Amino acid sequence: MSVHFEHEHHVSPIWQLAAVLAVLLILTFITVAVTWIDLGGLNIWVALAVAVVKAAFVGLYFMHLRYDAPFNAVILIASLVFVSLFIGFSLIDTAAYQDQFEQPVISSDAAGG
Amino acid sequence: MSVIPKPAVTDIFGKPVDEQKADNYLTHGRGILSWLLTLDHKRIGIMYMVLVLAAFFLGGVFAIVLRTELITPNETFFADATTNNDFYNQSFTLHGAVMVFMFIIPAIPAILGNFMLPLMLGAKDVAFPRLNLLSLYCYLAGSAFFLWVLGKGVLNILFPTLVGVWGGGGLDTGWTFYTPYSTDSTTAVTAATAGAFVLGFSSILTGVNFIASIHMLRPKGMGWFRMPLFLWALYATSIIQILATPVLAITLLLLIAERTLNVGIFDPALGGDPVLYQHFFWFYSHPAVYIMILPAMGVISEVISVFSRKHIFGYGFIAMSSLAIAILGFLVWGHHMFTSGQSALLSAVFSLITMTVAIPSAIKVFNWLTTMYRGSILLATPMLYAIGFIWLFTIGGLTGVFLGALSVDLHVHDTYFVVAHFHYVMVGSTLFAFLAGMHYWWPKMFGKTYSEKWAKIGFWLIFAGFNLTFFIQFVAGSQGMPRRYATYPDQFHIYHVISTLGSYVLTVGLFVALGVWIHSLIYGRQTPANPWGANALEWHTTSPPPHHNFNKTPPATDPYDYSHWTYDAELDGYVLNEDNEPEEAEAAHA
Amino acid sequence: MSTANADHDHPAHLAHHFDTVEQQFDSAKLGMWVFLATEILMFGGLFCAYAVYRGNHPEVFLYAHHFLDTFWGAFNTVVLLVSSFTMAWGVRAAQLGQKNILVLMLLLTFLGGVGFMVVKAVEYYGKWEHATFAGPWNNAFFNEDGQFVHPDKLEDTVAYGAKKMDKKAHAVAHVDEELGLHDTDAERLVEKETQEEHAEQHEAAEAQDAAVAAAPGPPLPTDHSDFKPAHNGPGGLSDMFMEDGAAPEAFVAAAAASAAGHTFVTWEDLDNRQKGLVSQFFQIYFMMTGLHGLHVLIGMGLIGWILFRAAMGAFSPAYFTPVDLVGLYWHLVDLIWIFLFPLLYLIH
Repeated sequence: MSVHFEHEHHVSPIWQLAAVLAVLLILTFITVAVTWIDLGGLNIWVALAVAVVKAAFVGLYFMHLRYDAPFNAVILIASLVFVSLFIGFSLIDTAAYQDQFEQPVISSDAAGG
Repeated sequence: MSVIPKPAVTDIFGKPVDEQKADNYLTHGRGILSWLLTLDHKRIGIMYMVLVLAAFFLGGVFAIVLRTELITPNETFFADATTNNDFYNQSFTLHGAVMVFMFIIPAIPAILGNFMLPLMLGAKDVAFPRLNLLSLYCYLAGSAFFLWVLGKGVLNILFPTLVGVWGGGGLDTGWTFYTPYSTDSTTAVTAATAGAFVLGFSSILTGVNFIASIHMLRPKGMGWFRMPLFLWALYATSIIQILATPVLAITLLLLIAERTLNVGIFDPALGGDPVLYQHFFWFYSHPAVYIMILPAMGVISEVISVFSRKHIFGYGFIAMSSLAIAILGFLVWGHHMFTSGQSALLSAVFSLITMTVAIPSAIKVFNWLTTMYRGSILLATPMLYAIGFIWLFTIGGLTGVFLGALSVDLHVHDTYFVVAHFHYVMVGSTLFAFLAGMHYWWPKMFGKTYSEKWAKIGFWLIFAGFNLTFFIQFVAGSQGMPRRYATYPDQFHIYHVISTLGSYVLTVGLFVALGVWIHSLIYGRQTPANPWGANALEWHTTSPPPHHNFNKTPPATDPYDYSHWTYDAELDGYVLNEDNEPEEAEAAHA
Repeated sequence: MSTANADHDHPAHLAHHFDTVEQQFDSAKLGMWVFLATEILMFGGLFCAYAVYRGNHPEVFLYAHHFLDTFWGAFNTVVLLVSSFTMAWGVRAAQLGQKNILVLMLLLTFLGGVGFMVVKAVEYYGKWEHATFAGPWNNAFFNEDGQFVHPDKLEDTVAYGAKKMDKKAHAVAHVDEELGLHDTDAERLVEKETQEEHAEQHEAAEAQDAAVAAAPGPPLPTDHSDFKPAHNGPGGLSDMFMEDGAAPEAFVAAAAASAAGHTFVTWEDLDNRQKGLVSQFFQIYFMMTGLHGLHVLIGMGLIGWILFRAAMGAFSPAYFTPVDLVGLYWHLVDLIWIFLFPLLYLIH
């Protein structure tokens, strides 16, 4: 009937799952450790890059994307593209009008502490 | 088509079907529970139809209230200006919210899509029938919130002391729930946003179902480019439903949090950013405009081709332009925010991208017109609505280009020009396509003929009434009449009188259409399997379809190749040429 | 799962509108992925709010994040990662028909969820204790129209924050020392210097603010009618180009913060506008972790349900779709936390 993809479901060997877990734990340690070292403006990007790598490991191995119908990965990537589109445009705009934006400011006498 | 009606149910070859075997989805199970708990996509579609039409009626009542208020330049309903204006504000808000969330968004996908999608795929059901039923109940639950909002509002007006007991009712924020007003309004904003949130789930579940069905249930022989264009349109719509609706959900959740927890993300008094709310809202709501229009375009692609008896022109262009509109739809939301404090940089970018949406839209219009060119056009009711659609969509679309131009929009923003523009697109186009689809598929859905004469009268009343109501609003708007005011200077009086009279004509026309359907259900005669000679798979089964849709799975052929069907005058319908009896029908099912 | 099997007989779990078990499984999986996409978009809204507030007010986030406990955040990350691992192992066990291992793995995954939520509850309780909770009721930083709503709580909370920051500063200095990256004293000096720079900037900023906020009563009216005409309506292109590259305040401050290196932004470093926005960090923190926590709870419910079914022997190598789908959901919850953790707990 419909279009079929590959078959025989992939069964992940335990060593592979364990290796992925080990990588994820090491990356978690790295992402914490990186905050102890100063990389200037790079820190946030390092943190995000580590998070993306971790996410990729979870997606590829725990969620089987590597062995799955490629379209499922397309869905995941598309959703990320649209999220970044949303965040990107909103960020560009809010940054651009920030100086014209008047908000209440804490009055000086209340700002002690 | 009621020349020589034959009472018997006939199959696609025009042969009468044995009474015993003439099981159809309407008679398959009996009792109310067989409807409420059904997993049959056809019954779910019919239940959606009843509910969505009820919502349309409710939204229509508010529309008439609005137009009647505007028939005089001063307060019309209440002498007291505050009461009158509050009443007006609540009416236009509920008109917008009910029409958008409960009528236009679900109208074509949930009614016609649910009913037709599996049939067009030659499948027995959508991929996830239980989710489909859940989506219906989400719709019901979301609507219940809106009824609660409305009921509270009405009771508060009748018994003002109730306000102290259960708080404000009604809704006066406009359907967009803009902050900061929506965080301060004493009306039932929280309940209404909760309702829209739940309605969003209904929309998401429909989208999930359609995407999975189109991917996984296509029969052998139906490649992506053999699908009827209605399915392409539904596919593009589902993509938007999947990618945009969740953002509405989080926006409304944040708005509820804003009102209950004072989180201060949008409320400037708390240090929040109200323009950010508009980014959130329009990231959903602009694509949502395409949730409304794309399935409508799909219906028109079907109808134009069938009633021109000509293969659709530029199939690939129409299919791809649906996807292009869906994707581009995500890149233009800022054109709703030109005057709201959005930065000049982004306004210019959004204005530019908005212009590009005109390209795929125009591609569709040109392809429809080219399909009609030298076709053998039958001006049956569905075709009239489809031609009406092209007319109205062209006006609505082209005025959209004006509004997309940054410099023009600054002048006409929030005037009746905008009101007229989006009514031409949302009502003129989507409603007309919905009616085209209803009249086109009515014989399939219920197996009954309807009065062609009265249906045409309905069309002309609706078409005349619609243009009378809204065309003049372009003029009023360009003269400076702002939207959302109950009273206005005398100079606009004549425009509003014409518009209001037009809305009454439109109402009469809609009731004529409803009357035609009800008359058909009671007095209509049995229709043949394929009254229009169309070739998409939904016509390859009896009318109405049996519970399992097909007694024999039809082979997928080119949906726009009508050469295998011959008109049978006695039947007043088309029959499939016997020599085309598909050999592989069984094989396709295995 | 074998297709051949499905061709010969009609398994009980094959719905009538599918032809093969394979097709049904693939449809279910596709549907689940589409649903996960909606979840990502939904969280995307919160990430957007986060990005907008952090992007425009980085020092506010830098200051406020010290109230969060990195240790517990990291601990919870590990808990979720391990539970994702046990879930993946559970799917494997289901594929191979190892019922006992499946039950064990689902149980462990469920316990992971319990552990995560317990830690979360402890963290939330800490936020309540130190008046940094969601909503207006118990958040010392919450302000309306330029006035702190709980000025009495402010001092204690700020002092608590300073203490936490100090602890972290020492830890960082210690690590630097271990790694030989900086001389601790030198770092202290750098810190002082940058604080002085900050002070200068803040004087300028405060002077600006004071000019705006000089009016008596609520410091800054939010009423639109008080906007300067130039700012009423869309900012025209002319606005951008005429104001001769005057960089928005936020960017200057952001540049200062990143140049400051290890400097811990203290309460005193924040100007009056930034002080007003500290509340936003906590509100966003609670919205994000709250919605995520809700998903953890839903995931636990689903795992409980398939745990029960697995124990009843409902799954086999021919039918394990629910295990697979719940697994996908659980991994997504994990994925979102993978991003939440560095963004909320590890701001630098």
